[in-house]
Amino acid sequence: MSKLTWRRGGHTAPVAKPEPVERGASKAEMLGRLRDALADNRPPRAEVDRSYRRERDAGTDLVGRFAERVADYRARVLRADSSDLVETAAALLREAGVRRLVVPPGERLAWLAATGVELVYDDPPLTVTQLDAAEGVATECAVAVAETGTIVLDGGPDQGRRALSLLPDYHLCVVRAEQLVGTVPEAVARLDPYRPQTWISGPSATSDIELDRVEGVHGPRRLHVLLLA
Amino acid sequence: MTSVQPYPRAVEPRPPEPTFLGMPPFPEAARTALSDAQLRANLRKATHTIRARRQAVVDELPDWERLRAAGAAIKDDVLAHLPRYLEQLEASVTAAGGTVHWARDADEANAIVVDIVRAHGVDEVVKIKSMATQEIDLNNALGRAGIAAWETDLAEMIVQLGHDLPSHLLVPAIHKNRREIRDVFVAEMGRVGRPAPAGLTERPADLAEAARLHLREKFLSAKVAISGGNFAVAETGTVCVVESEGNGRMCLTLPDVLVTVLGIEKLVPRWEDLEVFLQLLPRSSTGERMNPYTSMWTGVTDGDGPRHFHLVLLDNGRSDVLADPVGRQALRCIRCSACLNVCPVYERVGGHAYGSVYPGPIGAILTPQLRGLNQHDVDAQTASLPYASTLCGACFEACPVLIDIPQILTRQRAQLTDLGRGPAHHAEKAAMRAVDWAFGQPWRLGLAQHAASFSRHVVGRKGRIGKVPRLLGGPLGRWTAARDAPAPPSESFRSWHKRTAGGLEEP
Amino acid sequence: MRIALFITCFNDTMFPETGKSVVRLLRRLGHEVDFPYAQTCCGQMHFNTGYRNEARGIARSFVETFAPYDAVVTPSGSCAAMVREQYPVLVGGAAPATAAGFAEAVGAVAPRVYELSEFLVDVLRVRDVGASFPHTVAYHPTCHSLRSLGVGDRPLRLLRAVRGLRLVALPRADECCGFGGTFAVKNAETSAAMGRDKAAAVLESGAQVLCAGDNSCLMHIGGVMSRQHAGVRVMHLADILASTGPHPELDTFPSGDLAAR
Ligand code: SF4
Repeated sequence: MSKLTWRRGGHTAPVAKPEPVERGASKAEMLGRLRDALADNRPPRAEVDRSYRRERDAGTDLVGRFAERVADYRARVLRADSSDLVETAAALLREAGVRRLVVPPGERLAWLAATGVELVYDDPPLTVTQLDAAEGVATECAVAVAETGTIVLDGGPDQGRRALSLLPDYHLCVVRAEQLVGTVPEAVARLDPYRPQTWISGPSATSDIELDRVEGVHGPRRLHVLLLA
Repeated sequence: MTSVQPYPRAVEPRPPEPTFLGMPPFPEAARTALSDAQLRANLRKATHTIRARRQAVVDELPDWERLRAAGAAIKDDVLAHLPRYLEQLEASVTAAGGTVHWARDADEANAIVVDIVRAHGVDEVVKIKSMATQEIDLNNALGRAGIAAWETDLAEMIVQLGHDLPSHLLVPAIHKNRREIRDVFVAEMGRVGRPAPAGLTERPADLAEAARLHLREKFLSAKVAISGGNFAVAETGTVCVVESEGNGRMCLTLPDVLVTVLGIEKLVPRWEDLEVFLQLLPRSSTGERMNPYTSMWTGVTDGDGPRHFHLVLLDNGRSDVLADPVGRQALRCIRCSACLNVCPVYERVGGHAYGSVYPGPIGAILTPQLRGLNQHDVDAQTASLPYASTLCGACFEACPVLIDIPQILTRQRAQLTDLGRGPAHHAEKAAMRAVDWAFGQPWRLGLAQHAASFSRHVVGRKGRIGKVPRLLGGPLGRWTAARDAPAPPSESFRSWHKRTAGGLEEP
Repeated sequence: MRIALFITCFNDTMFPETGKSVVRLLRRLGHEVDFPYAQTCCGQMHFNTGYRNEARGIARSFVETFAPYDAVVTPSGSCAAMVREQYPVLVGGAAPATAAGFAEAVGAVAPRVYELSEFLVDVLRVRDVGASFPHTVAYHPTCHSLRSLGVGDRPLRLLRAVRGLRLVALPRADECCGFGGTFAVKNAETSAAMGRDKAAAVLESGAQVLCAGDNSCLMHIGGVMSRQHAGVRVMHLADILASTGPHPELDTFPSGDLAAR
C-alpha cells in the first residue's frame, strides 16, 4: 500500500511530464481524413434556431418552484429570512447531527458559528483524509436553477474547491434569492466557463439497479438547502 | 472508513476482461437471450420503468421539440466543420494548461494512455464509465501493460467484478437484477479490495452502500483517473461530464492526473450550446429534470483538481462515418440511451445480442459504420445488425437529436444488398427477383395469385396453416414455427373485381 | 373527384375481403372508386429489405398508374407511409437522366395517397360511416400509421361512431407487434416473442376483435393468437367500418350495454 498512499496536500515529488509523443503525423492524418470525408457531400449550413425558452415564463414563483423541485430529489429545503436565519440553520444542523462543519475560506458563512457548530476553514487546504472524516460541509453557490432544482458551484471563495462539497457525507448549501434563475439557459448565461463547475441536483444517486433511482452513493448522501429569501 | 485501509488490491492476478470478439450474428445471439426468462423479466421491468419516467419529464417542457431541433442543428454544425472545431478545441485546452493528443485508432489511443500512466509511475488507475474507452478496450490494454483499471460507476463495476459484458449505454449491468448484483458483490469484492459487508442484503440502498465502502479506498489513493466526456466546448476548452453517483466527481477532482478520452464528435462549438444539451440529455437518459452531478472544467485550475490534464481525441472509424451523407447523423448521438429504452427489440433480447459495446438501435446503425460497412468487407455478425429492427420508429421518436435511425437502417440494408453481403443473400435475392418479376406486370401477379390460391388446397386446413416442417417450408417454415398463417383465399381481389365489375354485378 | 383504390399486393393476394369492404364502404358513402388494373405493389418490401433499385422500378410504375387520380385511398398504413415518406428518398438515388421526371411524378402523386382513416376523416370529412358492429373491439395503432403517417386518433374517432361497438383500451398499445416485414422471418424468434406479448395485451383488454389498419400486422398477431387458440378474431378497420350488423361468428355484446349507448 505504501507506494500508493498519497495525500493531496503533501504531494510534491517531481513527476516526469509526459511529452505528447511525436504525434504530429496523427493530427495531420486525422484532419486530412475528416476534410476528405466532408469534401464531396458537405452538409448544408445548419442554422441553429434558438427559439426554445431561454427565460422563465412570466409569473413563475421562482422561490417556490425551486424549493419544490429540490425537494423532488429528496433533498431537504427550508426557507428563511435574515430574522430567523441562524435559528433555521441550527435546526437543520441539529437534524443532521452535525457539530463540526467544514467551510470554504471565504467570509460569508462566518455567521454559521452562531448556530453553535464548530467551523473548520479549508485554509490551509485540508487533506483528503481530513475531508473524508469531516461530518459535513457548508457552502454557498454561484447560481441556482428553479426549473430543475439545481445548484451550481463554481469555486468562488464561499464555495471552495470541488473536493470540499464531495467528500463529507453531509452538504448544507445556502442559496440567496439573487442567485436564483428560472431556466438552464439563464444559468449558463450567468456562469463563467473558465471556472471549474459542479452542478448539483439532489444528493448523490444512482439508477443502476433496475433503472430505478436510489439516493446515496459516493457524493454526500444528505443535501440540505437553506433558501434565503 | 475514515482512513485508507489496507485491503488487498488484488488477491490474484485479474484475467483479461471479456470482449465482444467472436459473437454470433444477431438472430442467433437473440435466440439465446430470449430463452433466458430472468433476463427478459429484468429488461422488461427496467425499460418500462424508465420509459414512464422519461415521458413524464419530456412532457413537462413545452419547448421540447424546439430543443431537439436545436440539438440536432448544433451537432450538424459541428460535423460540417469538424476539422476547424477540433483545432479550436486543441488551442483552447492548451491555453488553459491541458495537453491534447490525437489518436487515429484504438491502438494509438491506448498507447497514449498507457504512456501517460507509466510516466506518472503508477500501476493502477480509477475510471469513470466511458463508452469511448470501452470501444477501444482500454482496460485490457492497460492490463497488458501491468496497470489495473478500476471501474467506479456502479453498473460498470458490477460488470467488471462479474467478468461480464456491458449491455446498455448508461446502465451496462441492466441485465442483472438486485439479487444477482448482490451475489456478484459478495463473491467478488473481496478479491480486489474491501469485501462486501457481512450479511449484505439485496436492498438497492444497501448495494449502493457496499459500492461506496468498496471504492472509497480506491478514490482516496488514486493518482491517475481516466474518463470519457459528454461534451467539449471548442470555443473555451471546457469539458463536461454528466453523472449521478459522485464517482465521476471523485475521479475528476481527487487524483493528480486526469486523462480524458473523447470521441471527436463530442464537440459543441460554443459555451451556450450546453444550455440545450443539459436539458436534452438528463431527461432523455435517466428521466430526470437534471442528473445529480455535472462537472465542467477547463484545463487545470490552481488548487482545485488535477495538476495534469490530458485530452485524447479519438477517431477510430468516425471519419468513415462522417463520409456517409446519410449515416453521419449517427455522430450526433449523445449516448442518452433513450432509443434503447424504448426499443421493443432491445427490450426482448437485451444488449449482448448486438455484439458490440454500442447496443440497441444506435448500436445497430453505429457499429456497422464504425467497422466500415461502406468501405470494407464486414463479417456476418456486423452484417446482421441492420436487420435487427422492425423499423417501428420508436427510436427516432425518442431520440433527442433527431437521428432517423430507421432511415439509416434501410440504407445500410441497401448497401449490404448492393455489395452482395446481406445475410441469406442468394436465396433472398432469388426470392426478391421472383417477386419483382411478378410485380413487374399485373398479369404476372395474377398468375402468382392463382398459384397461391391453388396451394390452399394443399396446406390450408380450416382457413389456416399450422406448423410447416422447417426444412420444407423456407420462410413459411420460419413463419409457422411460432404462429399460424392464413390460407390464401380462393380468389384474389383483382379477380373478384373483374368478375363482378367491382361488386356491382355480384350474384 | 376521381378516387382510385390502391389495394396493395398483399391484400390483393391474401385479404381480398378488405378490398371489397373498402369498395362497399365508399359506395355506401356515395363514392365510386376506380381500381386501375395496372397496379401491383408499392415496393415497400423491396425498399425495407435493401433492394432499392427494384423498389424504384416499382415506384415508377406506381406513380404512373395513379397519376390521373385526385386521391388514392389504400387500406394499409405502411404502404401509404412507403409512398409518402420513402418515395422522396428513392428520388434521391435515381439515375440523373430520369431523376427530374420521377421527382415531379412523386411530388404530384405521393401527397395524394391516403390511408383509409385519413381519407375518411380528412378528405371525405365523415366520422359516422353508418356502420354497425355490436362487439367489443380493441384497436392496435400499427407503427407506420402511428409514427410515420401520424394518423393519430382518426381510426378511434371512426370506431367510436360505429353503432353497437364497444371500444376497449389496448394496454401498451403503441408497442410494435413484432411483424416488421422480413424481420418476421429473419429474426423469427424475436418477432414471435413480441407477437406473444402483443397477444397477451389483447387478451388483457378483453376484446373479441382486434382491429388495425394493416393486415400484415394483423396476420402476425392473429397467427400468434390462432396458434394459442386465444379465441380473439383480428379484423381490418375497413371490414368493421363496412359492417352493418352483428358478425355471424361472434356473440353480440350483452344487450344491456348496447342499450346504454
Ligand atoms: S441515438 Fe439518439 S436516442 Fe439513441 S442514444 Fe444516441 S442520442 Fe440517445
